[in-house]
Amino acid sequence: MKILVCISKTPDTTAKIAFTDGAKKFDESGVQWIINPYDEWYALVRAIELKEKDPTTIIHLITVGGADAEPIIRKALALGGDEAFRINTDSADSFSIAAQIAAVANTEKYDLIFTGKETIDYNGASIGGMLAALIDAPYIPLATAFNIEGTTATITREIEGGEEVVTVNHPVVVSCQKGVAEQRIPNMRGIMAARTKPLNVIEPAAVEALTSIESFELPAPKAGVKLISPDNVEELVRLLHEEAKAI
Amino acid sequence: MVLVYIDHQDNQIKKSTLEAVSYGAALAKQLGTEVHGLLLGSVNDDLAALGAYELKNVYQINDSALAHFDAQVFVKTIAAAATKVGATSIVFSHNQTGKALCAGVSALLKAGLVTGAIALPNTSAGFVVKKSVFSGKAFANVSIQTAVKIIAISPNSYKVEGGAAVVATTTPLDIAVSAGHVNITAVHKTSGEISLTEADIVVSGGRGLKGPENWGILLDLAKELGAATACSRPVGDAHWRPHHEHVGQTGVQVAPNLYIAIGISGAIQHLAGVNRSKTIVVINKDPEAPFFKAADYGIVGDAFELVPQLTDAIKKMKASA
Repeated sequence: MKILVCISKTPDTTAKIAFTDGAKKFDESGVQWIINPYDEWYALVRAIELKEKDPTTIIHLITVGGADAEPIIRKALALGGDEAFRINTDSADSFSIAAQIAAVANTEKYDLIFTGKETIDYNGASIGGMLAALIDAPYIPLATAFNIEGTTATITREIEGGEEVVTVNHPVVVSCQKGVAEQRIPNMRGIMAARTKPLNVIEPAAVEALTSIESFELPAPKAGVKLISPDNVEELVRLLHEEAKAI
Repeated sequence: MVLVYIDHQDNQIKKSTLEAVSYGAALAKQLGTEVHGLLLGSVNDDLAALGAYELKNVYQINDSALAHFDAQVFVKTIAAAATKVGATSIVFSHNQTGKALCAGVSALLKAGLVTGAIALPNTSAGFVVKKSVFSGKAFANVSIQTAVKIIAISPNSYKVEGGAAVVATTTPLDIAVSAGHVNITAVHKTSGEISLTEADIVVSGGRGLKGPENWGILLDLAKELGAATACSRPVGDAHWRPHHEHVGQTGVQVAPNLYIAIGISGAIQHLAGVNRSKTIVVINKDPEAPFFKAADYGIVGDAFELVPQLTDAIKKMKASA
């Protein structure tokens, strides 16, 4: 079995969100970069677990980005995976990223492709769906559990107001979220091993972006909290009803 | 033409669909064009009633292959339908179904997509849609450069505007539907609960409640308000509550009218999941809890005393209203 895990580089969850260049660019100064948590904690770890069950499994990791994405992909390799690809181009929009990955997927022929359910920076939640459409594979988004027997995957996915269990023969593209696996910490052996794992830099396919970010905005600051005495809960109810019109 | 995807579950049209229809109608008005719906499969609801949201017509594709959801099949069908009817804008709700579909349709049609949109586009120069980014900590204005535009609107971000005196027509649409590869083997509904992402009011609890056995007061309050229940990450991780209730950067992102946080300190990752809520109430015994900085109303005090009092006060208010 051959698995592809899509890895994205995102700012740390506690990073200060600010913009530069006339609010056109994310301010990267002082920002710690991490593997997008959904990609790491769920997609990658589940792939590693599948390899632990079946050691003949091959795991490829892929990211779209410049040389600055290499520490992230090395960190991912330290957790697990056999080989990585970095498509050497700045990520322009979701479509261009998905199209770059699709070009690789079309030649490598994966049984399973895992993505995180979304990235925590642009929150597009689009790569998996676009990739599935581009390679004409079934798409199971928002998975909370993933198992495979032979060529049949059994996947639990979130639907509105509940969950649905589906079966599908691979190849399949799955977007992963909480429940699929438990977060792991890389160990020293993994970190050492990652240094010698192949990290292939490939030149991008000719792909045009469909969208572009014109500018960013920060939300208006809150007016400040109105504190209500703990002896006067009725006052809170009155304010919620009359002022906020929330109840 | 603006084409709105009519999402349905259990043969009923969803609330998030009405938001998408209202958005689509306003968009059509802005662009000086018509708004139509696209329904795959069938519903028990009266489609003509969608006219109340200014929908002119619903294109319906009824094929046995559409009886159960398979994203791959639905994506191809929607893309073919949108091309056939000449849609220039396609609107989805960015709910679970929308997340399964909009990206695939975008890729097949090479039509630029903005997900998590929170407002109508600015069309004064180009077509620029505002969306939430950095898990609610900022907004991005995204320009769509293609002729066909796809917008997936964030649930609870666009007001449902009904009341128009329009009766929507239904037009069957003949599209060849391909066979799928996905079989649904079981559906588990969290019965009786209100869907977290669609809820108008969310009542959420954190470690301050000390244990799962203390959730009763929170559930009573939620019941009184008709609210969905949620929790912070430590609570989900400790299995005090099911993990699908975990709200925050790595959990569910919500944007209700009212978010009531009980015994949650307000870590930055939690705030990322809730800060698009219109009104935030924080109840915490620690006056230094960071959540108060993000709140509209706050009470510093003991949740075990305050929450039952709040439930009673709401009951009283309802009785006198």
